[in-house]
Formats: sequence, C-alpha cells, structure tokens
Amino acid sequence: MEFNATLVGEMIAFAILIWFCVHFIWPHISKAIEERQLKIAEGLNAAERAHAELKDADSKVAAEIKQARQQAAEIIDRAQQQANQILDKARADAVAEINRLKAAAQDDIASMAQRAREELRERVGALAVQGASKIVQREIDASAHKAMLDQLAAEI
Amino acid sequence: MASEPQGGLTEYIQHHLHHFKPVQISEGGFWSVHIDSLTVSLFLGVAFCLWFWSKARKATSGVPSKGQAFVEIILEFVDGQVKDVFHGDRRILGPLALTVFVWVFLMNAMDLLPVDLLPWITHQFGIGHFRAVPTADLNLTFAMSITVLLLVIFYSFKAKGFGGYTHELFTAPFGAHPLLWIPNFLLNLVELLSKPVSLSMRLFGNMYAGELVFMLIAGLFSAGSWILYGMGVIGYAVWGIFHILIISIQAFIFMVLTIVYISMAHDHH
Repeated sequence: MEFNATLVGEMIAFAILIWFCVHFIWPHISKAIEERQLKIAEGLNAAERAHAELKDADSKVAAEIKQARQQAAEIIDRAQQQANQILDKARADAVAEINRLKAAAQDDIASMAQRAREELRERVGALAVQGASKIVQREIDASAHKAMLDQLAAEI
Repeated sequence: MASEPQGGLTEYIQHHLHHFKPVQISEGGFWSVHIDSLTVSLFLGVAFCLWFWSKARKATSGVPSKGQAFVEIILEFVDGQVKDVFHGDRRILGPLALTVFVWVFLMNAMDLLPVDLLPWITHQFGIGHFRAVPTADLNLTFAMSITVLLLVIFYSFKAKGFGGYTHELFTAPFGAHPLLWIPNFLLNLVELLSKPVSLSMRLFGNMYAGELVFMLIAGLFSAGSWILYGMGVIGYAVWGIFHILIISIQAFIFMVLTIVYISMAHDHH
C-alpha cells in the first residue's frame, strides 16, 4: 500500500462530483419532490374541503326537501280550502237559481189562473145572458143591458 | 512480482493486489497514478452523475416514472438521514451525502463482479494488473475522507468565523487558561485528524478484506479437486450475498459519518 498522485486525482474527482450533484442533480429532484408534496397536500386539503362541502350540501338538500314538503302541504291545504269555497259558492248559486226559477214559475201560474178566471167570468156572463133571454123569451137588447150583465158576471 | 498468475495461491493473490501504474517516476514514488482505481471510480462517478442528471432533467412534480421514483427514493432516504442529524441549510450537505453514498456504493459494488473478470478483460488488452474495487485502494478512501476533512474545517470556519474557530481550537475542551492552550490544541488536532483516518480506514479495511476473501475463495477453483471447486462455488455465492450487506452498510456508514462530522462543524462548543 502506498500513497501517490491517485489521492490528488481522486480528491479532484470527488470535488467535481459533489459540485455536479449540488448544481445539477439535487435541486431539480428535490424541487420536484417538494412540488409533489405540495400538490399532494393540496389534493388532500381539497378532498377534505369537498367532503365538508358535500356534508353541507347534504344538510342543505335535506332542509330544502323539508321546506318543499311543507310548502306542498300548505298548497294542498289552500287548494282544498279553495275547492270547498267554490263548492259552497256553487251550492249557494244553485239554491238561489232554484228559488228564482220557483218564484218565476209561481208568478206564471198566478197570472195564468187570473186569465182563466176572467175568461170564465166572461163566458159565464154570456151564458147568463143566453139563459136569461131564453127564460124571458124575449130579446134583450144586449147592448142596453150590458152594464147590468157585466155586473152580474163580476158577482159570479 | 509475476506478471501472470502461474499457480500458487500466494502469487495469484499478490498479482491481484497489484495496481495498474503505467506512469511512474520511481518505484514507490509519489508521482505515479493507479490508473485502475482512477478509471473505475471516474467511470462510476460519471455514470452516477449522468444517471441522476438524466432523471433530474426530466423530473416532474406529477406522476413520476419508475426511474425517477427510484432516484427520488434514494434522494429522500439520504435527505432524511441528513435531516435527522443536521438542522441547517441542506443544499450543500444533501448533495454531498448523496454523492458519497451512491458513489461509494457503486465502487463497493465492483467487489461483486467476479474477481477475475475485469483483470481478465484488461489482460486481453495487455494490461497485466487491474484492481476493480477503487474503495479497496487507500488512495481513494483517503481522498474522500481528506476532502471531507477539508469541508469540516471549511464549515467550522464558516459557522464560527475565523476567530471563533481558532478560539475554540485553543480553549476547548479544557478551558481558556493559557497553560491549557497547547493541550487543547493537540487534543483538537487528534480529534480532527482521527476523523478522516477512521473514515477511510474503515471503508478500505472492509473492502480490502472482502476482496481478499473473494480471492481466497476463487483460489479454490484452481485447487485441482472437484469437491474444492464445488465448495468454492458455494462459498463464492454465500460470501457474495453477505457482501451485498457489507457494501451497503459501508456506503451508509461513510455517508452518515460525513454528515455527522460536517454537522458537528456547525455546532458550537
């Protein structure tokens, strides 16, 4: 074993290797590693955030569904009330219409009865005149006795 | 030293423990170079750089490719080790630890290649001696640990200032009395110098011993008996599997101690 110039050569070589590693190898790789660590950390953060957001959204959706259900119930209630109101109004309208029609019919009946009575009175008047002329056997001047006969018919 | 292993385990091993040094002013002189250690370590270092660089260039913060994920796993593992020990800016210490870990691991892993493979290949090109494991060469382990020592000293000055660190060298751990300056300084010097020595000797010892055991087992192949040959095959596999653990642990220890030493440089006494 002996020492010789190999020692110096190897020292220079070693120094060059260290220099090369310091400048061209270490910074690039460690930068890539650090960037990836950052990315992974960000990814994990994002995942956690997304998880929290999902939970948030879930609770929001549940609340919304609850509200919607409530609203639907209210709408149904209101609709039923409205339907009842409409029904009631229709019933009242119908009753009124019936009453009106009934009244009109009664009026008709009353006026028809009146007309029939008057007609009857006239016919009775004529018959009475006929009868009386037959009984009296002489002609009665219809025009002369008209006033009397009319009075008779009204009395009948 | 024989240029060819011509029988005899001792010669075989001695041959394998010889570095390839074509340029040499004098035998044992300083100005010669272990071409094998340099070539293999540089090749592996460049391979490491290109491999990680190719992944770093296309690194995305999106879904990573398998290759990028693998590189990231190594980087995060190293970064985690640094983070545990050092609570400061990791932009220098992190890459330093990564370089140490991967480079040492790759160089250690050369031990797992068949012990004769690279020497056999180089022999085809006329190179007689070739040692494949750079970390089993004290020059390399000391080169790394001395660089770490220089960084420790640099960061000590940087963290505490010139005056602060000098003050600490002379006044800790015994006290600020002028008579204690010299003992303090000597103790700190020993502490400082023990760091690179322990770092490099540990790695070198483990890898050298591992290589030696591989050679001894490989020696069984040419022992001339089918039983020994079988034992060699099994032994080689068992030691190889165990060695995977050793090379990983040694790379890990070298990295952790590097981190610890440099983070200690930032601590105030």
